[in-house]
Amino acid sequence: MEAMIAVAIGVLTASGVWLLLRPRTFQVIVGLSLVSYAVNLFIFCMGRLSISREPIIVPGVPTDLMHYDDPLPQALVLTAIVIGFANIAMFLVVLLASRGLTGTDHVDGDGDAE
Amino acid sequence: MNAFDSVASLLGNHLVMPARMHLIVAPILLPLVTAALMLILGEKRRRLKALVNLSSTLLGVVLAMVLVYSVHHGAAPGGLDAVGAIGIYLPANWQAPFGIVLVLDRLSAMMVLLTSILGLGAIMFAAARWDRAGVHFHPLFQIQLMGLNGAFLTADLFNLFVFFEVLLSASYGLLLHASGSARVKAGLHYIAINLIASSLFLIGAALVYGVTGTLNMADLSNKVAAVTEADRSLLHTGAAILAVAFLTKAGMWPLNFWLAPAYSAAGAPVAALFAIMTKVGVYAMLRIWTLMFAGHAGASTGFGMDWLLIGGLATLTFGTMGLLASRQLGRLASYSLIVSSGALLSVVGFGQPALTGGALYYLVSSSLGVAALFLLIELIDRSRMDAMARAAQEGAGPLAGAADPFAAADPFAAVDPFAANTNLDEAQQAVIGRVIPAAMAFLGLSFIACTLLITGMPPLSGFVGKLLMLSALLNPLGMGNPGGSVGAEGWALLALLILSGLAGVIALSRSGVRYFWSYPQERPAPRLRVVECLPIGLLVATCVLLTVQAEPVMGYLQAAADEIHSPSDYIRSVLATQPVARPQAGPGLQ
Repeated sequence: MEAMIAVAIGVLTASGVWLLLRPRTFQVIVGLSLVSYAVNLFIFCMGRLSISREPIIVPGVPTDLMHYDDPLPQALVLTAIVIGFANIAMFLVVLLASRGLTGTDHVDGDGDAE
Repeated sequence: MNAFDSVASLLGNHLVMPARMHLIVAPILLPLVTAALMLILGEKRRRLKALVNLSSTLLGVVLAMVLVYSVHHGAAPGGLDAVGAIGIYLPANWQAPFGIVLVLDRLSAMMVLLTSILGLGAIMFAAARWDRAGVHFHPLFQIQLMGLNGAFLTADLFNLFVFFEVLLSASYGLLLHASGSARVKAGLHYIAINLIASSLFLIGAALVYGVTGTLNMADLSNKVAAVTEADRSLLHTGAAILAVAFLTKAGMWPLNFWLAPAYSAAGAPVAALFAIMTKVGVYAMLRIWTLMFAGHAGASTGFGMDWLLIGGLATLTFGTMGLLASRQLGRLASYSLIVSSGALLSVVGFGQPALTGGALYYLVSSSLGVAALFLLIELIDRSRMDAMARAAQEGAGPLAGAADPFAAADPFAAVDPFAANTNLDEAQQAVIGRVIPAAMAFLGLSFIACTLLITGMPPLSGFVGKLLMLSALLNPLGMGNPGGSVGAEGWALLALLILSGLAGVIALSRSGVRYFWSYPQERPAPRLRVVECLPIGLLVATCVLLTVQAEPVMGYLQAAADEIHSPSDYIRSVLATQPVARPQAGPGLQ
């Protein structure tokens, strides 16, 4: 399971970084989104991977981390998702403004896109 | 204290808590509430909003002064009685490390005060006309202040991330304020780079949490030494990734290519406020590195310090070359920010309390100086363009393009109140456009003052800051204790500090000559508005005060530096502060 998740995060990050380095703003925003998905998954995994464990204490189950999932990364990732989403929405607005002002979707606002 | 008690009793009557304790969270709440209020006021009532914003920022300055005073006199609100200089606030009333903690020590109080003074200068300047160049300037400005204050006060890594995002989100809006293609282009790069840096911040924080199981900085500090050897490289990786995020904000070479275009494209008051933004990165590095990798960190002691030192020196070099290569004043000011970042980062890399004390003084003085310069540049450019327009010789003149590359994008270009002799602002008829006979003298003298401050020439506070740093470098064992070798890195920093000052003098005086002496002969006196001169005067006067009162100020800052370099009091205060007991739980709640 760990290896699979690691590969998934790696592929997402690699694709995201490649897209980020492309010259079109649309590619950049898709790259940013992919990177932020990868980061969110990564935070989630830092609480260790487990299957069907409760994050909240249940009566009758010993209260140690062998029997529970770490709830903190789950709370962190929620915050990170919300902030990341808002930031990418903001970037989208600036992207459109840049397209409108320069008439091109090149990240530098000039030169050949491609 | 009666006023505080009555206000705080309104806020938190159900908790038996000394009301003064709430003072710690006030620098975060005040801008938040003000911003919310101004959103309700709507876009039409600009004059009222400017007034609300000004008074709130002024209140913030008073508040920060109270905090600095109480911290310095060992009577910080909250916290342990034994450690009076560190105030602790538990916002959710959960004991650390389980709940979020706000910590007020000398360093954070000083940074909050510096932020509020810069904020006051910027908002005074903006209230003259910049706030009308786009929507929601005032709420964004207050949110920016909230993010800055929060980042300085928090003692939790993830909370730090949240406040970073708050201040960055507001800064995106402020950078794009007044729009125009240059700002949108710079903003696009700025946002993309900061989004990536935020992702790195999250990766770093998650790694640190994964290894140590805590996000509380004080708790982290205790746990670093106990990390197993197998996990240590993972911890170092996490810390290094975190550092990349901070150093991008601090403007360390090679992570700082975004800085000069973004800052020189921003509107003058926005750029002045941004002068503190690079210092947030420096502050975060200083705080986290002294807590995580100082003497008690076991095998991790001193991790990354060499890199910080080398990076800082490279930044200093880069900034110096940038200063010499720039013609435009906005870029000059941006590169002088990079120079001060470089000096501060290499000082963090040294990890010597005496050196850090001098560097803190330099931080305050250079932030104020650069902020004043950003405001001044706007006035210089405007008066120059005005003169050019009136001279109307040979088209645009040789330097008009260089003086303001954003002329086309300037929201005021179409209705320039000076060029067209129209008046944007009916209520200020008497002030607007009044020719101050000494206007040119004011511009020139302020420019000289800024140059002295930024380059560290006597007699202003920049010189005191640099002198303190140089003397700490030459006396590694402290003043009056001869011995101890300065070392190659010490000599390198010493040489670069002096060289960067020299480059600053050359670059700024070259610009001064070009902007003030190479005017058309029959130029008219520049027209300035008193409201726009006042903030520059305020910032410069603060530096003069810093110079005159250098001894008590330095006493405070040295105490702050000693405090962060021996963080045992900090750690003890954070971890031992107990939550406030509820008077009694309601019978139904049991």
